[in-house]
Amino acid sequence: MRRTTYIVVAGVVLLFGLSWVLHAVSMSGEADGIERAFMITMAAFLTLAIYSFLYKDNPFYKFAEHLYVGVSAAYWMCQAFWSTIVGNLFPRLSEGLSNYFQQPYQASGWNITYWIPVILGIMLLMRLTEKYGWMSRWPLAMIVGTTAGLNFVRYLRSDFVVQVSSTFMPLLGEDPHRWQGFGAFISNLDLSATGQLAAIVSNWVIFFGVICGIIYFYFSKEHSGAFGRASRLGIWILMITFGASFGYTVMGRISLLVGRITFLFRDWLEIIS
Amino acid sequence: MKHRFLIVGLLLLFGLSSVWAQTEPPVVDSMVVDSTELFPAAVSDVQVVDKPNDHGHAVIVTWETSADDGGGKNNVLRYEIFYSTSFDGPFDSVGAVPAGTGEFRHIGSKEPLDSAFVPDYTDLFYQIDAVTADPTIRTTSDVLGPVQCSGQWFNTGRIPVLVAVLIFGLLTAFFVLSAKRGKKLYVRPIGGIEAVDDAIGRATEMGRPILYVLGLGSAADVATIASFTILGRVAKRVAEYQTELIVPTYDPIVMSVAQEVVKSSYFDAGRPEDFKEDCVHFVTQSQFAYVAAVNGIMLRELPATCVYMGKFFAESLLLAETGSLAGSIQISGTDEIAQIPFFIVACDYTLIGEELYAASAYLGREPKLLGSLKAQDWAKAAFVALAIVGLLAANFEWFEFTTLFQVID
Repeated sequence: MRRTTYIVVAGVVLLFGLSWVLHAVSMSGEADGIERAFMITMAAFLTLAIYSFLYKDNPFYKFAEHLYVGVSAAYWMCQAFWSTIVGNLFPRLSEGLSNYFQQPYQASGWNITYWIPVILGIMLLMRLTEKYGWMSRWPLAMIVGTTAGLNFVRYLRSDFVVQVSSTFMPLLGEDPHRWQGFGAFISNLDLSATGQLAAIVSNWVIFFGVICGIIYFYFSKEHSGAFGRASRLGIWILMITFGASFGYTVMGRISLLVGRITFLFRDWLEIIS
Repeated sequence: MKHRFLIVGLLLLFGLSSVWAQTEPPVVDSMVVDSTELFPAAVSDVQVVDKPNDHGHAVIVTWETSADDGGGKNNVLRYEIFYSTSFDGPFDSVGAVPAGTGEFRHIGSKEPLDSAFVPDYTDLFYQIDAVTADPTIRTTSDVLGPVQCSGQWFNTGRIPVLVAVLIFGLLTAFFVLSAKRGKKLYVRPIGGIEAVDDAIGRATEMGRPILYVLGLGSAADVATIASFTILGRVAKRVAEYQTELIVPTYDPIVMSVAQEVVKSSYFDAGRPEDFKEDCVHFVTQSQFAYVAAVNGIMLRELPATCVYMGKFFAESLLLAETGSLAGSIQISGTDEIAQIPFFIVACDYTLIGEELYAASAYLGREPKLLGSLKAQDWAKAAFVALAIVGLLAANFEWFEFTTLFQVID
């Protein structure tokens, strides 16, 4: 088993080198041909290494996984440091620090609102010490409490008040398909998606779909009898919606797959143009 | 001789052309008059006011459109708006609107170093150009101002939200107090959450760990907060059964909170010595790198149970499919509507949307959570009642009622 692993790894390294050399030769006229050849080969190797997971866990997948996790963790840490602390905080706190990090100093006088996050941040780092670890709970409570309170208002607005007004719809159609009586409806019957019939059906489905959906999410009463039947209709409507959403998203994922395969066949193997 | 005639002829021609040139000015005058007529009439009745119900740094400019906009010479193509902090300028362009428009909202930046910064409590002056197809042919209005912008403490356009917040807050307080007084509050059984205890028992019997994924949400997301409560319950059971728990996290703050939650659960279970801080660990804040790492954990550790509770995005199906491949019992819950279908097809039990919040109350049985759940149910009942009344109002054109629910930003 160990020998087989060595042989496979050696084979992949050989193929990697071969791919690099061939691409470097084909790009020899370009200034950074060798680097670009390496990048294309590396990208193709990592793509295939990740796809090898479809077979089973293996050393190539582990290598790609660890590389990806390590690079991304380091990248996001640098991003957070340079954009938040150096880019946003230091220029508002200290001219000396701003100059040291070559950032334009934003002189706005002494402002306590910039020192609060500094103190909370230091308290958060106290987790690293055994003795003062308890201090980190205060900023955590501040973060969770503040944003939960802000979200409460936001959600009540978008998910309640606005939703309530969205269900106020004329069940018999509105302009330009205002209800003029049954005779007019029959004589002007239009089966197209923009017709009066479609508008009426759509409004009825939306209204009763919303009501039955809410009944399904009502937890204070057992779902039996007429209430249970309405709840059942609600879950049916939810499932139909989920089915449509599933199909739509799967199509999006297929386009991602096409993107990777295009890279492999066009940029790496150069089979297609 | 011939040359003399030629010279005389040229002189005569020159003289005649000079005379003809002298008769040119009237023609030039008429040209000037024509080009002046091309200039459109200026806008009138310009008003500048501070934009209400905002955080400041914004002004609303209104005007009566030019007489040549849609009438007269009908040659106004757009209006360009300029502003300055001085009456004498210089004026900077802040935007343009098409002909027929009589309002412009100058929404500035609040950052002093931003080029779009608009200062509060400072005199601001505006000018409006009526511009034709030829940008050089335009008519500038008089300088308008000064106007000062400032922020307001209260957004009157959101009064419906305030009313909803007050009613919901009172309902929550009432039910929390009722629950604290010992009143029994019924919550119907939720399928997925009933399975959690069975799944933990299964993991114990198999001697394999339980993987708990909190998703990609921040510690302030409602779904993540609900997930913390469920994690607390799972961790307590895990501590009692002495099973292994693995919680890979995406967000450092979520990791810190999750560590506290698991730690307190081990204390509650009377086994603080069994708590290992590393069981809750940070992976990375890159979405698909996180997925790659969690997938790797699944295939190497082969957890008996995978629990996905929280906010999930494109990684939901990748995680759930790998868990299925690893032979785990999978229980999921999220309020991300686009991801629920993936969990439904790949997991054994799925908590749909609000069931996730209800599950945390159902498991915790804490008065605060139960009271909040009851208040939500009352809010839903109110929603249904208002929707029915509003529907009747919309059909019978009782617009005084329907406009009550309009939120204006």
